[in-house]
Amino acid sequence: MKLLALESSGLVASAAIVDDDVLIAEYTTDFKKTHSQTLLPMIDEIVRMTDTDLNSIDAIAVSAGPGSFTGLRIGAATAKGLCLALNKPIIAVPTLDALVYGVGPTEKLVVPIMDARRNQVYTKLNDVSTAMDMHELIAELNKIGREVVFLGDGVPVYRDQIEAELKVSHSYAPAHLNRQRAASLGALALTLEPMNADGFAPEYLRKSQAEREREEKENNTGNVR
Amino acid sequence: MMNILGIESSCDETAASVVRDGREVLSNVISSQIAIHTEYGGVVPEIASRKHIENINPVIKQALADAKNPDGSSMTWDDIDAIAVTYGPGLVGALLVGVAEAKAIAYALGKPLVPVNHITGHVSANYLEHPDLKPPFMCLIVSGGHTNLVVVKDYGEYEFIGRTRDDAAGEAFDKVARSVGLGYPGGPKIDKEARCGNPLAITFPKAKVDGAPYDFSFSGLKSAVLNYQNHAQMMGETINRADLVASFQKAVVDVLVEHTMEAAKEYGYKQVALAGGVAANSALRQSMKEACEISSIDLCYPSPVFCTDNAAMIASAGYYEYMKGNTASWDLNAVPGLQL
Repeated sequence: MKLLALESSGLVASAAIVDDDVLIAEYTTDFKKTHSQTLLPMIDEIVRMTDTDLNSIDAIAVSAGPGSFTGLRIGAATAKGLCLALNKPIIAVPTLDALVYGVGPTEKLVVPIMDARRNQVYTKLNDVSTAMDMHELIAELNKIGREVVFLGDGVPVYRDQIEAELKVSHSYAPAHLNRQRAASLGALALTLEPMNADGFAPEYLRKSQAEREREEKENNTGNVR
Repeated sequence: MMNILGIESSCDETAASVVRDGREVLSNVISSQIAIHTEYGGVVPEIASRKHIENINPVIKQALADAKNPDGSSMTWDDIDAIAVTYGPGLVGALLVGVAEAKAIAYALGKPLVPVNHITGHVSANYLEHPDLKPPFMCLIVSGGHTNLVVVKDYGEYEFIGRTRDDAAGEAFDKVARSVGLGYPGGPKIDKEARCGNPLAITFPKAKVDGAPYDFSFSGLKSAVLNYQNHAQMMGETINRADLVASFQKAVVDVLVEHTMEAAKEYGYKQVALAGGVAANSALRQSMKEACEISSIDLCYPSPVFCTDNAAMIASAGYYEYMKGNTASWDLNAVPGLQL
């Protein structure tokens, strides 16, 4: 199965063509240009470089969240547009799963942390993707007691806090493994079910600010709608 | 013969449409989010963006299915010659959904991608129902996000001669409607309520902008309405709501009509067009009609469905942009504050 994989959930923009166990092409940038400017030109570049006929692609794999709301939607809209025009299915790949999958087999506990602001990270622990307070996550890791490998764009943000509070031995993934990459996303996608792209929307793991504020207000007044 | 698929997602409507040769609407699909945003008293950008990504594929599919070939069959991608998309102005997160989707479709199909300015889309809405309308003409664009006086010199050639310095006209309607308890969206609700009121009951100030005869300012008027309410409340007087909104509406309409007529006369145009959501306002239509009749100026405006945001107007504007050779590359970005 040949997939075009797209990753734009964080600062990294990445596109890859994966054909079963062959990575035909991958283009990854971690640069300040917006995904709207980079993602499609990057797809075009790898498609042309490898003489890929778009119709030979079996499905489009896309980072399904969590992550930057806007980044996720640029990836989602690009994937949905490609699927609609090419009449292909989509494969929604949980962002944190793809990050962990990229590290490969290890006995250590691989903990992705994506900066979710407001002192929270998006992380995956005990098979659950969630937005979590960093203190809470570190306390949980101390309790579990296994050796930890951290990765994700939360590392530079929370490294000092990890060093101060984490009691178990730990390390940080190196540059080629520590951010989102379309190659690992595509490789993991091969194990997931394709679906119709029309109904796909990202999993944000967090409501919009307006919804949160309204809920808080309703909870405070005891006024349940 | 050229069929253009237009895509629009600059605010709270997800829309797609197929238009032939810039004039003939073959399909016009609009998924409105008004009901959702009404609960928040206005458009919430993040919610709008989330809805766009959910709605966009079904909306485009429907626009293709509704568009018929001369033999009666539904259109497929083979029948579409170019993809036109709104890339600004608007809400950045909302725009990005349409832009990314349109780019991906155009890229996958190897078809031209045409970038369209939302405001010129509103102008072009007039081409959809007035086959004889040709530039040059004067166009007043009034909506919740925009208030512009535009000289349409030729197809795809515009000169902006007036803009709002603060609130858009539709924004003033929304804010006043909220303050008097009419809710969102304010335009249609005030229009309806004002029919039962006396527009001469209260005299509100008409703002002029020094040195810019065609610019608008509505925040002073909005404040005057709020002050009027506060004053009445302090004095323990009851307000006649219908009179209040009718008088407010008249103040807005008067300044819109005066500026437009002055500009048409100065530029020597015998044709005026209205566009944008507020162009559906019955008082504005009536007042502009009377003023145009006195000056022997022809007036046209779109049906209400083409006044508010839609993709047919984007496909029409896109046709004329494409005829001028204006296409975008794959790095097209959304430009929320896009000017001309």
